[in-house]
Amino acid sequence: MTSIPDKTELVRLSGVTKRFGGRSPALDAISGSILGGEITGLVGPDGAGKTTMIRLMTGLMLPDSGTVEVLGFDTAQNPAAIQASIGYMPQRFGLYEDLSVQENLNLYADLRGLPKNERTATFDELLTFTDLKRFSDRLAGKLSGGMKQKLGLACALLKKPRLLLLDEPGVGVDPISRRELWKMVENLTREGIGVVWSTAYLDEAEACNAVLLLNQGKLLFSGKPSELTARAEGRVFKVSGMSGRKRQVLAKLLDQEDVIDGAIQGEAIRIVTGNSALPDILPAGDGAAVVPAPPRFEDAFVDLLGGGPGGRSKLAEAQQTLPAKDDRPVIEAKGLTKAFGDFTAADDITFAIRRGEIFGLLGPNGAGKSTTFKMLCGLLKPTAGEGRVAGFDLRRDAASARNQLGYMAQKFSLYGDLSIGQNLDFFAGVYGLSGQRKRARVALMNEIFDFGRHAGQSSKDLPLGLKQRLALACAVMHEPQALFLDEPTSGVDPITRREFWTHINALVEKGVTVLVTTHFMEEAEYCDRISLIYRGRSIALGSPDALKASVVSKDNPDPTMEDAFIALVERSETGAKEAA
Amino acid sequence: MWWTRLRALIVKELLAVLRDPKGRAILIGPPILQLLVFSYAATLEVRNVDVMILNRDSGHWGQELVERIEGSPTFRRIDIAANPDQVRQAIDNQAVIAAVEISPDFSRHIEAGTAVDLQFILDGRRSNASQIVSGYLTQIAAGLAAETPAGKRATARAVSTIPRNWFNPNLTYQWFMVPNLIASIALLIGLIVTALSIARERELGTFDQLMVSPLRVHEILIGKLIPPMMIGLFHITAYILAAIFLFELPLRGSLFMLYGSSLFYLASVVGIGLFISALSMTQQQAILGAFLFMVPAMLLSGFATPIENMPDWLQPVTLINPLRYFLIVVKGVFLKDISLAEVIDQTIPLCLIAMVTLSAAAWLFRRRLE
Repeated sequence: MTSIPDKTELVRLSGVTKRFGGRSPALDAISGSILGGEITGLVGPDGAGKTTMIRLMTGLMLPDSGTVEVLGFDTAQNPAAIQASIGYMPQRFGLYEDLSVQENLNLYADLRGLPKNERTATFDELLTFTDLKRFSDRLAGKLSGGMKQKLGLACALLKKPRLLLLDEPGVGVDPISRRELWKMVENLTREGIGVVWSTAYLDEAEACNAVLLLNQGKLLFSGKPSELTARAEGRVFKVSGMSGRKRQVLAKLLDQEDVIDGAIQGEAIRIVTGNSALPDILPAGDGAAVVPAPPRFEDAFVDLLGGGPGGRSKLAEAQQTLPAKDDRPVIEAKGLTKAFGDFTAADDITFAIRRGEIFGLLGPNGAGKSTTFKMLCGLLKPTAGEGRVAGFDLRRDAASARNQLGYMAQKFSLYGDLSIGQNLDFFAGVYGLSGQRKRARVALMNEIFDFGRHAGQSSKDLPLGLKQRLALACAVMHEPQALFLDEPTSGVDPITRREFWTHINALVEKGVTVLVTTHFMEEAEYCDRISLIYRGRSIALGSPDALKASVVSKDNPDPTMEDAFIALVERSETGAKEAA
Repeated sequence: MWWTRLRALIVKELLAVLRDPKGRAILIGPPILQLLVFSYAATLEVRNVDVMILNRDSGHWGQELVERIEGSPTFRRIDIAANPDQVRQAIDNQAVIAAVEISPDFSRHIEAGTAVDLQFILDGRRSNASQIVSGYLTQIAAGLAAETPAGKRATARAVSTIPRNWFNPNLTYQWFMVPNLIASIALLIGLIVTALSIARERELGTFDQLMVSPLRVHEILIGKLIPPMMIGLFHITAYILAAIFLFELPLRGSLFMLYGSSLFYLASVVGIGLFISALSMTQQQAILGAFLFMVPAMLLSGFATPIENMPDWLQPVTLINPLRYFLIVVKGVFLKDISLAEVIDQTIPLCLIAMVTLSAAAWLFRRRLE
């Protein structure tokens, strides 16, 4: 360390409240500050108020009450002075997709009034810094997610800002690019620049110097992430070596009074207890071992929210156990290939998913996991190969196959103008339920997911957590054999995610088969097996523990899923080079 | 089983339109606006126009002509010009649409029983209105001519004509316009509601949700076809009621035939809407596509200008326009007791258009799934 970073206060928020419409405020009396020379994480699930907060700091929007001071100026009085010395990268990067990398830079240089004589040097520096020099003639629309974010960052840095506001820079970026992006931003902080990095990923939050943790417009915590994490110190345990089904064990553990949170981590279970006493692990059976584990940001967040849900799933209890008719796999992909023109989005993907298994397709956006997923649920016709669901060939018996599958799309994609009840009725009808059985299923869904109070509300106005529940209810209404989940819990708060997985885990125990896509490494831990999809190919297939074990090295004896992903991608790339 | 699925889809489609405030606005706003604008404001008749008279005759006949023009209800204001310059200026500035110049020897010639000329100057920039004004003026001049001494002598030998308008004896403008509107509102609403339906689902991401359900492609198409037809029938009914009770049109033919034919008409319109919808990726494209079809369809239907007046090469194009056929049916049912055979003649092409557009929509729809 040569210079001591300058930790002046760049942003001061005092009692900031912002409302949109009559519902609860988007931001509710937030006070806090952001320092120079640090990465401050603006952390919270979707809809927590992160983007609103960033827009308030840019002066593009004014608070209803309270003040926002940025670089010593009040946003209400002098927004122009603020905008001249900050860099802002919006969520949907403000890039022009039909312009090349260089043209985008030129445009932003013009917009920001960068003097002509400084341009060559600045462009050179930024293109080197972001490693985009090779691609300067490529259209921005043709860049990968990670490269787009880097270009967005370069555009925001054209005139060296004192404060850099990044709105969810980690979304849609593969783990390797995400790490690179993070390193770049870290370098900036050494120059005294203050960086705001908003995110819904709690692992990113953990790496920040300071965080502002938001949930439903309220500030839950402000300070160093380690301070929050420390609150769960000594209350986190890892249970391993259990006998019996791990999902049943988890459900029983969660039902114990002192266990406030738990999740599956490969073959082991992580639990958080209310006090530091060693938990009772009787349900795990003989031979199970429990060891203390280092706490994570998420554990503390769940704790802050009052703990996760119990382990019971009324949904699964109401579900008939699906009898295993034979050993045939429920979902099968045989050499699935999809080409769009000369671009192969998915190349010879093969796997078979057993009854009652959770299978994950893991990979960054654009890697081909969505294409594979869509071929398997009949939304895309494969160029080659075949897909089967519940024994039906998707090409010949598509409608019969579709009767056996439940589908939950990435973003909330139910009918927003319809109420909860009307959505449920619609899906019940579309899946051929009628009369007594339809009424019974709809009533059951209402009871399980506790929609009662909201039943008449248009579903687009529901809070995110309820939308999530409604989507699940619509997907399982007809008791499908196979569930297709596309990025099911991205952006939702950890409690909703726990609740969701409690249902899924219990359904799986009843014989439902699940295919899930995710770019979220933690979600991958819930899977029995994972296929790593990268650049259209499946580069590795195995259980989470096996994948992690395959990359154990001296430097990293206990790799995370993300470490495994990065190592396996690198391995496949060197393999490809050698082959070439 | 299939009926359960289909019913769920139809109910959902209706709810999706009716529960969306913007959707409701589309269903209520444009129809009322169209009814008011077309039946009251956008009249094709020429009324309330201003004319100028330059009377250089000092005799009785010149004064008589001025008075007759002044007495006509068609003209709002009659300006008397003092010199030809004023006439030129008034026409130039569009202050008047026509000017009448009466020559100095007008009365003298009439009294002498010799031929005399009367000059009308018309504003050719407003060609249609000018033509009609010219007709009015000619009629007034002819009335005057019949009363001159020479004219009186001629009447004995001339053939007199008495025009009688069938179906619309008083040539009431609304009798002509309101039946047109019944057909065009169904086109407007049917096209927009359908064009938006698939595009909206695509934009919101619900389309995939629909495609992974056990609904088959033809069920989705039928489910998307019926609700806009129901909405179209609702609008047709509302307009028919307005025609009978508000505009007091005679209803001479059978409503039963009108409704029968309208089913095929709506099916063909909705087929076009579905085709546009399957082609568009966003709601914006769908709306633009709908208008791209609608404007020429209105112009090439015989709505405002007779098809026979169009150039020969353009006339065959109107054969694929469903509005063309349905207009004949609506006008026929309202104004003359159209016969069943005639209705069938018009309905067969509608049926063919519906079959073609619906299968094209189905084909495009399937292809888009690839």
